[in-house]
Amino acid sequence: MTEDVTIYIDGREIKAKAGQSLLRAALDNGVYIPNLCDLRERETPEASCRLCFVELEGVPEPVTSCSTVVEEGMVARTDSWRVRELVSAAFELLMTTHPVDCAACPGNKRCALQEIAKKMKFKLKSGRLPEILRDAPLDLSHPRIGYDSDRCVMCGRCVYVCNEEVDARAIDFIHRGLKMTVGVFGGGPLAESSCISCMRCVEVCPVKAFYEKTKETDV
Amino acid sequence: MTDTISDIFETLKEKAASESAGLKGGAEVLITVGTATCGRSAGALETLAAIKAAVKENSINARVMEVGCHGHCYAEPLVSISKPGWPEIYYGNITEGLAPFLIKNFLVNEDPALEWALGAVEENEIVPSVYYSPRFGGELRRLLARCGRIDPENIFHYIAEDGYSGLVKILKASPVAAIDEIKKSGLRGLGGAGFPTWRKWSAVEASAAEKKFVICNADEGDPGAFMDRTLIESDPFALIEGMTIAGYAVGAKKGFIYVRNEYPLAVERISSAVASARREGLLGTDILGSGLDFDIEVVQGAGAFVCGEETALINSLEGRRGTPRLRPPFPAERGYKGCPTLVNNVKTLSYVSWIMARGAEEFASVGTKDSKGTVVFALAGKIRNPGLVEVPMGTTLRDVIFEIGGGIPPVIKPSQLPGEKPVMKARAFKAVQIGGPSGGCLPESLLDTPVDFDSLREAGAIMGSGGMVVMDEDNCMVAAAEYFLDFTVKESCGKCVFCRVGVKHMLDILSRITRGEGAEEDLATLEELADKVKRGSLCNLGKTAPNPVLTTLRYFRNEYESHIEEKVCPACECEKLIAYYIDLEKCRRACDACVGSCPTEAIYTRSDRLKAIDQEKCVKCHSCLEACPASYDAVFLVSPANAIPEQKPDKKSDGARDGGGPEKRKE
Ligand SMILES: Cc1cc2nc3c(=O)[nH]c(=O)nc-3n(C[C@H](O)[C@H](O)[C@H](O)COP(=O)(O)O)c2cc1C
Ligand code: SF4
Ligand code: SF4
Ligand code: SF4
Ligand code: SF4
Ligand code: FES
Ligand code: FES
Repeated sequence: MTEDVTIYIDGREIKAKAGQSLLRAALDNGVYIPNLCDLRERETPEASCRLCFVELEGVPEPVTSCSTVVEEGMVARTDSWRVRELVSAAFELLMTTHPVDCAACPGNKRCALQEIAKKMKFKLKSGRLPEILRDAPLDLSHPRIGYDSDRCVMCGRCVYVCNEEVDARAIDFIHRGLKMTVGVFGGGPLAESSCISCMRCVEVCPVKAFYEKTKETDV
Repeated sequence: MTDTISDIFETLKEKAASESAGLKGGAEVLITVGTATCGRSAGALETLAAIKAAVKENSINARVMEVGCHGHCYAEPLVSISKPGWPEIYYGNITEGLAPFLIKNFLVNEDPALEWALGAVEENEIVPSVYYSPRFGGELRRLLARCGRIDPENIFHYIAEDGYSGLVKILKASPVAAIDEIKKSGLRGLGGAGFPTWRKWSAVEASAAEKKFVICNADEGDPGAFMDRTLIESDPFALIEGMTIAGYAVGAKKGFIYVRNEYPLAVERISSAVASARREGLLGTDILGSGLDFDIEVVQGAGAFVCGEETALINSLEGRRGTPRLRPPFPAERGYKGCPTLVNNVKTLSYVSWIMARGAEEFASVGTKDSKGTVVFALAGKIRNPGLVEVPMGTTLRDVIFEIGGGIPPVIKPSQLPGEKPVMKARAFKAVQIGGPSGGCLPESLLDTPVDFDSLREAGAIMGSGGMVVMDEDNCMVAAAEYFLDFTVKESCGKCVFCRVGVKHMLDILSRITRGEGAEEDLATLEELADKVKRGSLCNLGKTAPNPVLTTLRYFRNEYESHIEEKVCPACECEKLIAYYIDLEKCRRACDACVGSCPTEAIYTRSDRLKAIDQEKCVKCHSCLEACPASYDAVFLVSPANAIPEQKPDKKSDGARDGGGPEKRKE
């Protein structure tokens, strides 16, 4: 039913679905664009991770591809230096707030940050800027879900599924600025929230800040 | 229908004429006191009570009325007296203690007490007019015209002063005519960005949606800005009328006024004003018999700076977390509850009433090519006459600061000893910060910049909310940038990575520099981060957050370099980079004023009975500098902190504390 539109990414001709975002059109056709906050199930993009920049012909500044709807004849570049410069800055900044101890992390080898670093040839830590790490306690209160908010990259996926999709309204963003974190309404541990153990947050979390407890990860 | 509108309005106007009879030279004595928030913090309510008591005590037949803010902060509490046979006179700084004397002198003894007067409000032969002073005469007051001149809670005072004539005029024409008039005027949004107002209006108007909304943005979170508060507290009906016109023009039946939650008096006054307007048939259904339905709800803000950003404001109004949404879609397409929504600032909407009443041509008779009309600034910092200043767009910064604002005040050291005279030290202008945390610091060489949207942006600042903070030679530009970034870091909503993390890294670098721990590569890193944050952030808070850093780097780079390379703070403001010393040539043996003022007992008496400071103990509190009598003036500052001034050594001490030459010395 949906018509196709023809777009060009990095010189390649691509058939995209009308109304689709440029990011999804690229990913569906094997063109990699880094992203964290985009979620297929979601209609309006969060556009907060600032990793999916591309350059559009005729547009002076790079734009986020998750929030750009494809148009017939659209010409985009994912590999220009202007794009790379912004994306690598976003990634570098993000990683100053993310503890890198992959070996001990429940997300190891399934982590979107590792994937981005590998595909984009970024370092996980640039070492140029000092770390700004949080030091929040692990929430192991829930029988099946562990939550390590220190690893959270604020992509908003869990908040979306919990509130808009399953309507459990157990978690949301709380606080502002650097103190912002995903937490339980009114504070308190996950076990005392309205969580219905649907495990959607675990599924969508790109860094496994929410993770399923196993014998290895938890006591 | 046109006749019905006129008839109903005539009745209101007749009532207004009788209600406001005493406002302009009636037979009765009229005393007004400015009791808006700024007046109150200067003690206006106490002054008001003292005046009422004095009037009663002396059995004077006078009406005492509360009015809004005049915008003359330096003169608060501000009292005006209109006495038959005399021109109306403004009195400044009338404290509770002074008030009874003023009342008695003038109203009982016929002595107008001109020593406390700012001047007469109109030209006359007895009392010099306030308009001879540039602080009054240099302004062109349109938005502020009624502020302090009417009882803000009385709708009839507003009507008597030309209020609602704009709405009546446009109701007899058409919604399209309203948009045309705004287009012709060239009005641009006064909430900061300067977006052409008519474009937003016609975008909302053009939508076929059945439900549309008008939102007045009164969140005003910029530190130092208070013009929106003043307008609401002093002339709330202008805003209500403007919103009604906007509702009519775009086809919205409902409006919200989103007021910053730290503004209790504004909330109170606007709520009472909305109720009055409803009572008089100027809000609600079938306004003035024209068939127009429009009503307003007053909502208190969520208490975050970012909630002033229009999409965050809408989220907050819908009961969500107040974080910005991605634009587009703009609110004009999809705003409150997904409906087309017009978001305008308090000043913009208040100006709409003025334009409808007086016409687009008169509006555009002042201003520059692309910025028409007037603009209101909140002048603060190192300035003689702080307060609200309304000037034509295109007035130069120099005129605003030096003519109207009176320039940079000297530092005055009060007399401490018997018979001693206070000592004044002139201070030189260094920079003016315009536009709040999203704005920039402009140097002396740009003082001839005209204040309009485009010239300011070109210079690296922005009009923003109209905050204008003047800084002098004692202000460190690196510290100023640090101050504004600290604000942004605290107010960032946290959603996107550039603003949440990037600005924090910038702030950390600035703090290192002001602590004297800056490294050579810091400036390059700062510039690079600034560039990325500006281009990469999701909303305008992040996009503009680097401006204070970028402008200070552009215009005051040498100050950054001295902090980093020489560990010198040229303004002697950065605590870690300065030291306090006592000039032995000036210090007096008989005096020990500083000794007792020091909280850490860092000041000791040398063998020659002169005083000296033990640098190990000094916590740089500034007390000794203030305690040392003006006529001795022996305490001074040096930077860098380890620059030991050359002085005669203390025979008994090891001498290590003395000797050497000062790198930079400031008295
Ligand atoms: C962080 C941030 C804070 C803002 N705060 C305010 C505010 O307090 N008041 C305001 O009118 N506009 C504020 N704005 C601008 C609004 O988003 C919007 O542009 C404005 O209300 C439109 O009104 P105008 O067209 O009448 O200027 C802010 C913008 C940003 C990015
Ligand atoms: S917990 Fe995971 S899914 Fe939720 S915001 Fe953080 S990174 Fe995203
Ligand atoms: S720029 Fe700052 S305030 Fe704006 S959305 Fe991003 S984090 Fe929030
Ligand atoms: S600056 Fe304060 S602590 Fe230092 S010597 Fe003077 S009074 Fe004492
Ligand atoms: S420094 Fe000033 S205050 Fe202290 S003893 Fe000397 S003259 Fe007095
Ligand atoms: S995927 Fe586009 S900003 Fe996150
Ligand atoms: S970066 Fe190592 S697990 Fe995420």
